[in-house]
Amino acid sequence: MNYLIKRILAVIPVLAVVAVIVFLLLHLSPGDPAVIIAGDTASAADIEHIRHTLGLDRPLPEQFAGWLGQVLQGNLGVSVFTGLPVAEMIAQRVEPTLWVSALTMLFAVVFALPMGILAAWKAGTWVDRLISGLAVAAFSLPVFVIGYGLVYGFSTTLGWFPVQGFKSLSEGFVPFIRHLALPVVSGGLIYMALLARMTRSTMLEVLGEDYIRTARAKGLSSRRLLLRHALKNAAVPIVTTIGLGIAMLLSGVIVTESVFAIPGIGRLTVDSILRRDYPVIQGIVLVTAAAYVAINLVTDLLYGLFDPRIRY
Amino acid sequence: MRLPATRLLSACLFSAAAFSAVPALAATIHMIPQGDLKILDPIQNPSYITRNHGYMIYDTLFSQNAKGEVKPQMVDTWKVSADQKTWTFTLRSGLKWSDGTPVTAADCVASLKRWGAKDVSGRLLFAAVGEIKAIDAASFAIVLKAPFGPVLEMLGKPSSNVPFMMPERVAATDPNEQIKDTTGSGPFVFKRDEWVPGSKVVYVKNPHYLPRQEPADGLAGGKVVKVDRVEWNYIPDQNTALTAFRNGEMDVYELPPADFITPLAGDASVKLATDNLGNQGWLRPNHLAAPFDNPKARQALYYLVNQDEYLAAAGFPQDYRHKTCTAYFMCGSVNETAAGATPYAAGQNLAKAKQLLQEAGYKGEKIVVLAPSEPPVQAAAAMVTIQNLKKIGVNVEAQAMDWSTLLARRSKKEGWHIFHTFSVGADVFSPAVNAYAQANCDKAPSGWPCDARLEELRAAWVAEGDATKRKAITDELQTRMYEVVPYVNFGQFFQPMAYRSNLSGVLNVGVPVMWNIEKK
Repeated sequence: MNYLIKRILAVIPVLAVVAVIVFLLLHLSPGDPAVIIAGDTASAADIEHIRHTLGLDRPLPEQFAGWLGQVLQGNLGVSVFTGLPVAEMIAQRVEPTLWVSALTMLFAVVFALPMGILAAWKAGTWVDRLISGLAVAAFSLPVFVIGYGLVYGFSTTLGWFPVQGFKSLSEGFVPFIRHLALPVVSGGLIYMALLARMTRSTMLEVLGEDYIRTARAKGLSSRRLLLRHALKNAAVPIVTTIGLGIAMLLSGVIVTESVFAIPGIGRLTVDSILRRDYPVIQGIVLVTAAAYVAINLVTDLLYGLFDPRIRY
Repeated sequence: MRLPATRLLSACLFSAAAFSAVPALAATIHMIPQGDLKILDPIQNPSYITRNHGYMIYDTLFSQNAKGEVKPQMVDTWKVSADQKTWTFTLRSGLKWSDGTPVTAADCVASLKRWGAKDVSGRLLFAAVGEIKAIDAASFAIVLKAPFGPVLEMLGKPSSNVPFMMPERVAATDPNEQIKDTTGSGPFVFKRDEWVPGSKVVYVKNPHYLPRQEPADGLAGGKVVKVDRVEWNYIPDQNTALTAFRNGEMDVYELPPADFITPLAGDASVKLATDNLGNQGWLRPNHLAAPFDNPKARQALYYLVNQDEYLAAAGFPQDYRHKTCTAYFMCGSVNETAAGATPYAAGQNLAKAKQLLQEAGYKGEKIVVLAPSEPPVQAAAAMVTIQNLKKIGVNVEAQAMDWSTLLARRSKKEGWHIFHTFSVGADVFSPAVNAYAQANCDKAPSGWPCDARLEELRAAWVAEGDATKRKAITDELQTRMYEVVPYVNFGQFFQPMAYRSNLSGVLNVGVPVMWNIEKK
């Protein structure tokens, strides 16, 4: 419990550093939301007037203090473009991103673990070479190439799945899954490959250990040997890879979201950066940083579950 | 009987879809808009996507029909005094806001004042206005200090900023601040609760809207809504957008990129709609930065331009490029003229461009061209200019950047020499609406042309009510523009809207209006 409290308290300085860096980077980089709002035909006076109404003409420390004060009260501010609260804009985008990320990781884990275990078990045979070859191929193809390929095959040609968009689970399971199938597969193949290779190499290492030889000599079934003795001991690096994969997914899902027009956090981030919507970018970075810290914490806690020697 | 696996799976997926929780909405139009609607105030922000949103939910006092004639829309009757100074307008009876309250003359007065504080032509009109007041609930008057020719043209201005009518409480907002209330008296109602910026905008039929009795004609006439709901589904990736449109997931593709026009034109299930004027591309020099502070250097840019070269680079098929157009106020418009263009009518002349630059005192200094990575037309145009400048020995620095950075860079008076943009014909076709024709120094948009004579001619043009006299002023004004060169026209082109052939009643007006459309 002490460890948990310490880790949670450690989030505060991390988020503070992130907040300062992001604020400075944004405000010191070129671009001005007032110019975009004023439009193509605006005069310098129009732009200055809008900058004033948005408070962008105030000194940077004053702007930062104002924003920090809001954040400390749990208010992430308001988008300078849409006028909507940043928290609301992020909340609108959380569901698609979470579903895409979760199902992508589920897809990757469900296929990668058996593939990795099988490849290790049949090491050196054609099965191993086939699985390793498939993993290399999946790892080498960019997500957008896979995405466009799947769209061509399963949407344009066969008409099974929609080309783009997202439907919430509340709108029905079938539309939900039809809209997510292609994004999940195209985004998941790369993680599946990564995880399968990691599982194979870790399992190979474990399967060479003395206790496995002993267990085999005792006449343990292959299934029991693989799943109960080998896999559990190989789990720590696999869990680490899954944890890293989830963190990578949260930032990498932007490609999937762009190809399939899914209104997730990734696209909100890119759109906000392109139009210099400072409060939204700052809010997203804070929330994402907190999510990263949480994922790392969960990963660390899971180590203890698989390896009793690890205690905090 | 055995079904092929693909058919079986397909049947399962689609029959299951029929039992999903979402009701089928046959009368919903799905449109891929040209961009992401991020600002809801068409007066504060002149972007075309916000203007299009305005046409969905607001109405106007006057509108242009397909021939460009101004027709009453919310106005029932109007009269002008003998001295041409007092204009009195009476609203149609029964007009209501989307919240059910009646539209009043006071609302219109407040709306016009807000528009007049922000819009290029609105500012011209309001410079001539002595007083604007509500007479009673249905009538208001504009009292001018001096006669002003295009009063009705200004009130029926079709493009940004459109003088949309808003309730008085909303129109009281500072024009540089965004409104928060989207109550309008237009044919649709904006569904704020379904708005997902960056993804989806939803409109439903306005139950309180009272259309005119005349048939729809351009932006004028009866705005009769024949669908229940319109969804704008923003798809940032154009390949995905094209595939979704051709797959039938979308009904309207507002602005397909130029290189998609040919494949779409060959698709029997797709129709293309193009307005009469199209767009005009602009090469804008910085009038404050040497050598372009010298008119000869700016004139040199005209000799640098081969319009067909620019439009080909942007990917427009031949049928969607206007033949070389030397009219500042659009070829095909009522203000088209060839006055002053004779020296440039022969087209590109690189030797002459080089000579003029030298006469302007250019000695090999670095010329900074702002080169955006997108939008595609501006990006292609910048590349052509850079190439042509290099051909005549100019020391060019192409600075690549995203469009937002370009907007910020060009708003600063130093550090750049040339940028490119374009505008729809409705924002160019007259001296009153063409913002880049302004030569009022600091008050002009980025580039800051400064020429007293040009401003006098613009003022004379808007003050003149007689069409023949106005034509003479247009000629003189354009001649002066060719001397001053506020900007260089790099070509007139047409960007069609694509829609599926199961839609009927689509209006070719350059704005994706959704009234009058039926979906089979």
